[in-house]
Amino acid sequence: MIAEAQLSQGPAPHADETFRAHHFETAEQQFAAAKLGMWLFLVTEVLFFSGLFVAYAVFRVLHPEVFVNSAALLDTKLGAINTVILLFSSLTMAWAVRCSQLGQQRGLVLCLSLTIAAAVAFLGVKGIEYAHKWHEGHLWASQYGGPQAGETFDRAGSFFSVYFAMTGLHAVHIIAGIAAIGWLLKRSLRGDFSPAYYTPVDVVGLYWHLVDLVWIFLFPLLYLVG
Amino acid sequence: MSTTLPPTTRLPEQAWKSEPISEPDYLRNKRGIMSWVYTLDHKRIGVMYLIGILTAFLMGGVMAILVRTELLSPSRTIMGPDAYNHMFTLHGAIMTFLFIIPSIPAALGNFILPIMLGAKDVAFPRMNLASWYLWVFGAVFLIAAMALNGLDTGWTFYTPYSTTTNSSVISATLGVFILGFSSIFTGINFIATVHIMRPKGMTWFRMPLFLWSLYSTAIIQVLATPVLGITLLLLIAERALGIGFFDPKLGGDPVLYQHFFWFYSHPAVYIMILPAMGVISELISTFSRTPIFGYRFMCYSAIAIAFLGFLVWGHHMFTSESAMAAVIFSALTFSVSIPSGIKVFNWLATLYKGSISLTTPMCFALSFILLFTIGGLTGLFLGALATDIHLHDTYFVVAHFHYVMMGGSLMAFIGGMFYWWPKLFGKMYSEFWGRISCLIIFIGFNWTFFPQFILGSRGMPRRFYDYKPEYQGLHVISTSGAFFLGIGLILCAAVFLHSLWRGRRAPANPWGAATLEWQTASPPPLHNFVDDPVVTDPYDMADFELQRDTGDYVRRPYTPSQSDGTETQS
Amino acid sequence: MSAFSMPASARLWMPESASTAAQQVDWVFDVVLVICTIFFVGITGALVAFVVRYRRREGTPATRQLHHHTGLEVAWSVIPGILLAVIFIVGLTGFMQLTTPPEDAYEVGVIGKKWVWAFQYPNGYIDDTLHVPVDQPVMLNMTSDDVIHSMYIPAFRVKRDVIPGRYTKLWFEATKPGEFNLFCAEYCGTKHSNMISSVVVHPPGEFDRWLEKASNFLETMSPAEAGKLLYKRRGCAQCHSVDGSQMAGPSFLAAWGQTAVLDDGSTVEVDANYIRESILEPQSKARAGYRKVMPTYQGQLKDEEISALIEFIKSLK
Ligand code: HEA
Ligand code: HEA
Ligand code: HEC
Ligand code: CUA
Ligand SMILES: [Cu+2]
Repeated sequence: MIAEAQLSQGPAPHADETFRAHHFETAEQQFAAAKLGMWLFLVTEVLFFSGLFVAYAVFRVLHPEVFVNSAALLDTKLGAINTVILLFSSLTMAWAVRCSQLGQQRGLVLCLSLTIAAAVAFLGVKGIEYAHKWHEGHLWASQYGGPQAGETFDRAGSFFSVYFAMTGLHAVHIIAGIAAIGWLLKRSLRGDFSPAYYTPVDVVGLYWHLVDLVWIFLFPLLYLVG
Repeated sequence: MSTTLPPTTRLPEQAWKSEPISEPDYLRNKRGIMSWVYTLDHKRIGVMYLIGILTAFLMGGVMAILVRTELLSPSRTIMGPDAYNHMFTLHGAIMTFLFIIPSIPAALGNFILPIMLGAKDVAFPRMNLASWYLWVFGAVFLIAAMALNGLDTGWTFYTPYSTTTNSSVISATLGVFILGFSSIFTGINFIATVHIMRPKGMTWFRMPLFLWSLYSTAIIQVLATPVLGITLLLLIAERALGIGFFDPKLGGDPVLYQHFFWFYSHPAVYIMILPAMGVISELISTFSRTPIFGYRFMCYSAIAIAFLGFLVWGHHMFTSESAMAAVIFSALTFSVSIPSGIKVFNWLATLYKGSISLTTPMCFALSFILLFTIGGLTGLFLGALATDIHLHDTYFVVAHFHYVMMGGSLMAFIGGMFYWWPKLFGKMYSEFWGRISCLIIFIGFNWTFFPQFILGSRGMPRRFYDYKPEYQGLHVISTSGAFFLGIGLILCAAVFLHSLWRGRRAPANPWGAATLEWQTASPPPLHNFVDDPVVTDPYDMADFELQRDTGDYVRRPYTPSQSDGTETQS
Repeated sequence: MSAFSMPASARLWMPESASTAAQQVDWVFDVVLVICTIFFVGITGALVAFVVRYRRREGTPATRQLHHHTGLEVAWSVIPGILLAVIFIVGLTGFMQLTTPPEDAYEVGVIGKKWVWAFQYPNGYIDDTLHVPVDQPVMLNMTSDDVIHSMYIPAFRVKRDVIPGRYTKLWFEATKPGEFNLFCAEYCGTKHSNMISSVVVHPPGEFDRWLEKASNFLETMSPAEAGKLLYKRRGCAQCHSVDGSQMAGPSFLAAWGQTAVLDDGSTVEVDANYIRESILEPQSKARAGYRKVMPTYQGQLKDEEISALIEFIKSLK
């Protein structure tokens, strides 16, 4: 949160009219619209993922032992590292918003770059995990070929279907986030943002926090079962 | 509505006189194809949507006629079983996803909503245009399925049939997935517009009911459509990769698919009907020249339908889900009927002691009330457990949903088209032929679909290419009705086309309605209003007076003694 | 126009009723029908009356001063609400009967597959029509081999989906002897509308005699005749013709002794071994030029039955 005192030193928020579209009365109205729009979009994202969470719940209730046994096949250490990476990126993103509100140009660029770096690192770790699963044959249902296929974990394939669907969809969102933050980075290098205009940073920040939040649920649900 | 405005919010007298418009209207403002391709104007996007969905309706309609022709006799009449299965699937999919869901919100709503609200545009014009292009993309994928291997799953894409058939399920579901995002974008846009863009004076309870209905529709679009999105994505993954969420052979659950599908598709039927109800409220009130009865109940009932609609999806699965689930969903199903009933009764009360003129839009509105009531009441047979077991997946269901979707949503859509046509294109049409087309459609519709109730309750299953000879009589009646209905719709299209070439110029307010879109020129200028409109009670029509020479209604000069803000009207 | 005539016993809205559930369901239907008709007639009447009475006349404005009336609006929320509760409860009672089978029901196993029904009686005999005794509760224990089907007997007013990977149950008690339609009500592909069979309700005492006679067909008939029966009943006829015409699978006409080309290019003579293998493991030696759609009959056909089928195919010259 920004202290009132700090704000009052610079220009009033949303005072910059450069980017106001013609159909808005004021830049402030435009900011409110953008923010509401992003919240609504986040609602749709939550519902989009909720389908997978429901499927997870249904399969887990039906075959709890499969989930416990299969989750043991995931690499909790890598999952934990990724959790830390994403939490760090949330921090840098929040900081980026703050920098833009305070007009700290260099800080903004630095924070956005760090966020992107963290996101890429996350994908890298994810890639290592996926490659590992591929080698072991721990794939989704129809391709499942782990050493215990057909024996101890008859339905382990179901678990890995859920695992790949959830983490895969999440990874797609990380990639979209990298693209969006990259766009912010480009604009911030150009000097678009100021305490009087920081709507895009704010809004993309919201998105990024949601993507992190989804992972915060995925990590325990997939890696820490049992 | 009883709020009487303090006199200060009224404009001085001369502002209401129709002054010559200096700005060119939105159609003539810029010319050339590029000015449409890149347009961010909600009115032009609305018009492009209109063209798109009418094309889709024509395609779906032609397929319907082929389906009905095939059913003239058991076994082969004009096509084989596979061709038939492809035909009704694409008919259903096109009619729902390409036509009726976007019809009123994305075409009429896009055009009318900002003007009715008194805004210059929707909140996110770029996203609005994107939504139109997504619609086009989705349509291309969906229709490409027809050119590839066809699509033979039924519009419901039930697994494991849809994951094992060799028709083009991936292309079609990808198309529907994209169409879903088009719908979500419209929804987000409308919610943000209603929240953020309302001008001074436009309070929630001064919003016309059409806006309330679009708003509650948008809530459903935003909350339900993403679930369809993930469902279709999983279906695609199932077919392409075999992830096995829904395939029992791979540890999945086909009934889970049904839950996912209907979690969207039941609320989706209220995406179809809520905007229609909004249109009807405007029409009934305007042509009775009296405020809508029970305005607040109408607002609340729209919101109630939107929310209750999320609780009842399981009524499509009484024969596949557990008995316990069936009982709960049956009970919840009936809850939606209460707000729907409130609407019907309030429309009737609005007619009471009105001054009713049977213009073309009004004829469609009255047809809507009758047909929707039949459709809704037959929904009760389906919601009741014992009877649904017998009626499920028979022609009774087919008749039910055509009564609500076609007799309901489509009639309201056409009625709305006739109502706002002068505003859209600045042309009047032939009242006589308009009413005749309504009559033919009304008769043809009942002739086609009423026999289907009897067919269904007598045991004729739906999606049947071949049938037992005992059902033929009723099928023949239904098919002949469909041809008659087709004539009515073609006549209706002819009335519109004729009006475009030959129609008389429309005045700003041909109906004497009090909502804001009638306070600007027909067609409106690029930024909707030359002067900022002043918001008053949306149904206070008493002040408007017909000018015989222009056919325009203008507001009577304000005289303080008439209404000085101290008296209450109700 | 014979197509327009309806059986005299049936009412306009319902087909013949022939089970205990049917009476209950028809009663529920009637209750809802009466309530709905009253509302519909009332609404139509009011609409027409208002439109006629308050048609616009020159110079007469609307006269209604009332813009809302809470009492009235509450009334038309609450009264329908009560009636809806009535409809729910009435529907529920009928449903409870449909879902609670009596203890002593006679059990028949049902397998649905594209596009035939197989009914398995307790003694292991399989038929493609459902035969049941009158006045005796019967319970169907159903599953599917491929996609979802739905068991629907209009005259009994019962329906239940038949789902792969799980068992669903449906019960009824027939009240009159005769033959009734049995449909597949869940869309299942090309021949969904031909996945039709019938229920034969036997008069008291006759069912057991029928079952015994039918079950012994392998003994009472010549192998080729028995094979022909199996060919019809077990769904082979869906894909294999006996007149040389092309269907999903190769025709059986003059198949015996032919040299068949397999999809790996090798050839094989159509003999007893090959046929047996084709039935039990259809994909192991699949013919070139056909899609691999034939289901396996492993565990569903007894040895003697396969032999009968072989004799039948042999007999088609
Ligand atoms: C515009 C679309 C629309 C609308 C508005 C509705 C409205 C309703 N529908 Fe319908 N329905 C469909 C579209 C729609 N439906 C479609 C497309 C299907 C089939 C999908 C498929 O399988 O392909 C379907 C199927 C369907 C089923 C599943 C049938 C089956 O497959 O077995 C059921 C079951 O409960 C049902 C019930 C209802 C009910 C109770 C309402 C209620 O909302 C109706 C409420 C309205 C009224 C009741 C009338 C007015 C009220 C009064 C006048 C008050 C007084 C009345 C009394 C107290 C009696 N519908
Ligand atoms: C909005 C939705 C909608 C509409 C309008 C219609 C319209 C029609 N439908 Fe359809 N129908 C569905 C939605 C719709 N349907 C759905 C969802 C299914 C289920 C599919 C499934 O089972 O998977 C279905 C299934 C269905 C069946 C059942 C098939 C089966 O189960 O085997 C039948 C059979 O009679 C049928 C018939 C018709 C007919 C005769 C029309 C006629 O009313 C059509 C008349 C239209 C025309 C003749 C076109 C004329 C148009 C113009 C000339 C242009 C008009 C321009 C202007 C008015 C400006 N439909
Ligand atoms: C759903 C379709 C289908 C059904 C039902 C079916 N078959 Fe087949 N059958 C095929 C197809 C397709 C082939 C060719 C491809 C193959 O060999 O798998 C085939 C091949 C065969 C062959 C090898 C014939 C030859 O000339 O090579 C025999 C024998 C056979 N089926 C017997 C039967 C019998 C007996 C039944 C019933 C008990 C039956 N089939 C049911 C589709 C079917
Ligand atoms: Cu089996 Cu339809
Ligand atoms: Cu529904």
